Amino acid sequence: MLLPEHRSKELLAKYGVPIPPGFLARTANDAETGCGKLDASRYVVKSQILAGGRGLAGGVRIVDTPSAVGEEVGRLLGHTLVTEQTGPRGEVVSTVYIETALDIVDSRFMALALDPESGAVMLLASAAGGVEFEQRARMDDSVYDTMLIDSDTPETRKSVTAFLKKAGIDEAAVDIAFAGYAALIENELTLVEINPLAKTRTGDWYAADAKVALDGNALFRHPEFEEFKALQNPDPIEAAAQQNNINLVKLEGNIGVVVNGAGLGLATHDMLTEANGKPANFMDIRTTATSLNIAKGVELLLQDPKVRCILLNIHGGGITLGDTVAEGVSIAYGHSSRKVPLVARMAGQNADRGLAILKEHRLPVEVVGTMSDAIARSVALAG
Amino acid sequence: MSILVDSNTKVLVQGMTGRAGRFYTHQAMRYGTTYVAGVNPVKPGSEHLGLPVFGTVAEAAKDTGANASLVIVPAANAAAAMIEAIEAEISVITCVTERVPQHDMARVKAALKGSKSVLIGPNSQGILTPEQCKIGVMPTRYAMPGRIGIASRAASLTSEVVAQCSAAGLGQSTTVGIGGDNLHGIGFVECLKLFRDDPDTDAVILIGEIGGREEEDAAAYLKSADYGKPVIALIVGRHAPQGRRMGHAGTLSVFGSGSAQAKIDQLAAAGVILAENVDDVVPRVRAAAPQPAIA
Repeated sequence: MLLPEHRSKELLAKYGVPIPPGFLARTANDAETGCGKLDASRYVVKSQILAGGRGLAGGVRIVDTPSAVGEEVGRLLGHTLVTEQTGPRGEVVSTVYIETALDIVDSRFMALALDPESGAVMLLASAAGGVEFEQRARMDDSVYDTMLIDSDTPETRKSVTAFLKKAGIDEAAVDIAFAGYAALIENELTLVEINPLAKTRTGDWYAADAKVALDGNALFRHPEFEEFKALQNPDPIEAAAQQNNINLVKLEGNIGVVVNGAGLGLATHDMLTEANGKPANFMDIRTTATSLNIAKGVELLLQDPKVRCILLNIHGGGITLGDTVAEGVSIAYGHSSRKVPLVARMAGQNADRGLAILKEHRLPVEVVGTMSDAIARSVALAG
Repeated sequence: MSILVDSNTKVLVQGMTGRAGRFYTHQAMRYGTTYVAGVNPVKPGSEHLGLPVFGTVAEAAKDTGANASLVIVPAANAAAAMIEAIEAEISVITCVTERVPQHDMARVKAALKGSKSVLIGPNSQGILTPEQCKIGVMPTRYAMPGRIGIASRAASLTSEVVAQCSAAGLGQSTTVGIGGDNLHGIGFVECLKLFRDDPDTDAVILIGEIGGREEEDAAAYLKSADYGKPVIALIVGRHAPQGRRMGHAGTLSVFGSGSAQAKIDQLAAAGVILAENVDDVVPRVRAAAPQPAIA
């Protein structure tokens, strides 16, 4: 669960991470007048969306005057930013953060996360900071180095100092690493990322940008973060599915996909894509979903006018049973005026009962035996 | 034979008195697994499903000789339950609980270090040695005893592969679900080592997905070792859009690495046979596995 930039910075600042002076604006007018509070010769105007890749998508602007700030904010507010992480539908900008532009001489990368192997806190650092970091890191793990931290002691500070030095980060920034460490532990964060970690002409280090991720599973111990839950799913359809114990990711195609389990969902998505099919969604019916939950999930797909057929690929397991899913699908079709063709492939626990239910409800169903057949039929039906 | 669990395994259940705990304990007992005790700190001395309930794991293990545990408790209590089982030196701890906080798992990982326990999960369907021992929530109807070892990160996909294998006469020695979370217990490399040392496993299937480093680590291990048994892998998520979480938390990798293609390339370079899709697993196993594996 990501926090927006300004809240990430606010949280890190509490632990002593230096951040550039800035303020949040929801109108162009507020933005322009607010600039009076900043002692700046240049301003950075930053769209507050959760997805990364803002800079490359035009969501971050540097301007010289308060009136230019107002203009940029007016242009960005209500604008849909499509970045490589938002998906093709993009994310609408509803708030903008305005900051004093730093006089940056060096851009580095620093992050803290939990090491999956040991469970210890892992510090990551790279001499390559800024926008290109993520792209370079994707292709080449060696662009950053890591070390494990288990405490804040003079000894660990010494080794962190030496470690950061190799990434071109001098001793003045060691406090930032340990402030991030404390923030990560105390708030049960899964990620603290400072990129760029910027050095100014005066030799001071700042978090010029920051990204903090909360652990959604630890929210019960952190009620102070509850408000961010609503921000996580800007897509109302995905949010509605989530409320019904279904992980749904909207895509642009015309084949509605109903699958139980994340792995089977990914496997189905791969096979559809490789058969030149266009999935309208990724779906993972979680084991906690009831037939009414599943009905809601399928209704969400039937409501999409682009969907030309539904592919049902279910492997009844120890928890999610075939007949439970079939009941849900039947309820959804009963509620919907659109009866798009249904290709059903069911195996595992209670698969026979599930198929019988689909037929009893007289759904427009075509039953197939294997996953490959199910894929081929749905691709043919979707055209 | 098998790995980690067999007909001699004696299982205690942490969370047996809950609704899910009772249901899955009952199912596993009907399947023929030896369950010996439940643990509930507020109900010691009572009896559930005909089994004695103890106040602590240590007492239950001492009294019944239990050497394995099923942890099926609410997420907020899961870490404490796992750590209690580790401290009681339970050999095989299986946690099926979903949504365990990551910093809790960090504490569990620290407790595991240097311990005598193997942890399976959390967020795992569990471990199954067909017709000998079931610890978990997976279906058993389509599993069949045999000589193929399976280790996987996804539950329903594994049930599908198990069912297809059984239908083709490829029985399983043991199926292990390592779980869908970032921080978990046993990984692919340890599973591979155990399957290598099991004389009754002839070939291994790995079911992996995007995110994390399990597949990369498995590739590095297989490259360095003279493994001696065919390994077949199915890696899913090849066409998943980047930067979006697709079901499992573990599929969203923070620092870009963990793409399906990188995993496939590294596994292929280590001599692993890659299945193109779910329906391609059985043909690949049939082609690679030595004859005795095929019933």
